[in-house]
Amino acid sequence: MALTREQMAQRVAQELKDGFYVNLGIGIPTLVANYVPDGIDVMLQSENGLLGMGRFPTEDEVDPDMINAGKQTVTARPGAAIFDSAESFAMIRGGHVDLTVLGAFEVDQEGNIASWMVPGKLIKGMGGAMDLVAGAENIICTMTHASKHGESKLLEKCTLPLTGAGCINRVLTDLAYLEIENGAFILKERAPGVSVEEIVEKTAGKLIVPDHVPEMTFD
Amino acid sequence: MSGFDKRVYSYEEAMDGIESGMTLVAGGFGLCGIPENLIAEVKRRGVKDLTVISNNCGVDGFGLGLLLEEKQIKRFYASYVGENALFEQQMLNDEIEVILTPQGTLAEKMRAGGAGIPAFYTATGYGTPIGEGKEVREFNGRHYILEEAFHADFAIIKGWKADRYGNVVYRDTAQNFNPLAATCGKVTVVEVEEIVEPGELRPDQIHTPGIYVDRIIQGTFEKRIEKRTVREG
Repeated sequence: MALTREQMAQRVAQELKDGFYVNLGIGIPTLVANYVPDGIDVMLQSENGLLGMGRFPTEDEVDPDMINAGKQTVTARPGAAIFDSAESFAMIRGGHVDLTVLGAFEVDQEGNIASWMVPGKLIKGMGGAMDLVAGAENIICTMTHASKHGESKLLEKCTLPLTGAGCINRVLTDLAYLEIENGAFILKERAPGVSVEEIVEKTAGKLIVPDHVPEMTFD
Repeated sequence: MSGFDKRVYSYEEAMDGIESGMTLVAGGFGLCGIPENLIAEVKRRGVKDLTVISNNCGVDGFGLGLLLEEKQIKRFYASYVGENALFEQQMLNDEIEVILTPQGTLAEKMRAGGAGIPAFYTATGYGTPIGEGKEVREFNGRHYILEEAFHADFAIIKGWKADRYGNVVYRDTAQNFNPLAATCGKVTVVEVEEIVEPGELRPDQIHTPGIYVDRIIQGTFEKRIEKRTVREG
């Protein structure tokens, strides 16, 4: 069975370590915050200028001056810091964020990522995505393995305009967890009940399949 | 206005000198921390052919979205413009030129402009459409593109509190681009919720030192919320 969005978030959360500063993109990455393992403390960075993003506010706590990068009202947790946009992207670009999780339309075997524009469709902008992929050393890209029509999103070469070149080394899809190394995807784990054959069939880029590919485990 | 007293008492006075064809940089992220009354004054004056630099373009009928109604903006630098139907329409009709700029690069271009740095290298955008036509240099085995600084005729800023010397503090995430935009305008105008007596703001807590600020005005603000998100309390 392919992973649900919640299971994908749960699998990504297994990569969190105590004391990590983490930037979560919009969509599935946002859900990762719901699955931080017990006994682990992470600080969420929101690129509009908040380190230590807290929960959504109660109706009484809503404050128009307190929003996250998705423009939603939010709170700051104890230990938070607030700063300007240049400072925010200095910590992103300067490689100070321990883990970045973001979505994508396509990823290829060279670690290129396309996530911000589809030619012919309305272009809304890249926001902070290009800075995030250029700055982070440790990125997990979350996406469905193939489109609704079965076309692979793990490619030999991205077809859409790039968000960043050669910057992705880990991908979690609804079918598998893969790493990118030396121009190939390496199949590390498969979703429970998903066969290696299905993953091979739905991966257009070069894929290395080790002898043993364990199933993901969830608590 | 004389000496260090930068207070003005009307929005007309606050935006005195703005003309068609000028470049305007505005603070704010989404609708958070936007100089909403200064924008309304730019709209009222009807100046045209503006080049505007700001992370977003407001929403229909509020914030910088107001300047779209009479097509006052010719060129727009932003990282994301997805919240605004009128903007989309003018973009599709080629009535407005949009130069999409990565958010961190946008902030740094403002900072550089204010700090006397003409350009800087960044890895952001290398190998993407944003890097096309830009100078590339390699440092320690990585590729970087050259991005040039912003300079504006007017900077319009929303602060929380200021004193008459133009020292400004911002509140929570309404800070965002404001302190950066404040540095790169030839004329920097700051509207705040409260003008306090000199000495009330601690010198070591000032976000924007008064040297960057030309005019200060106290206003009242709607502070519209774009995406109200709450949890059960």
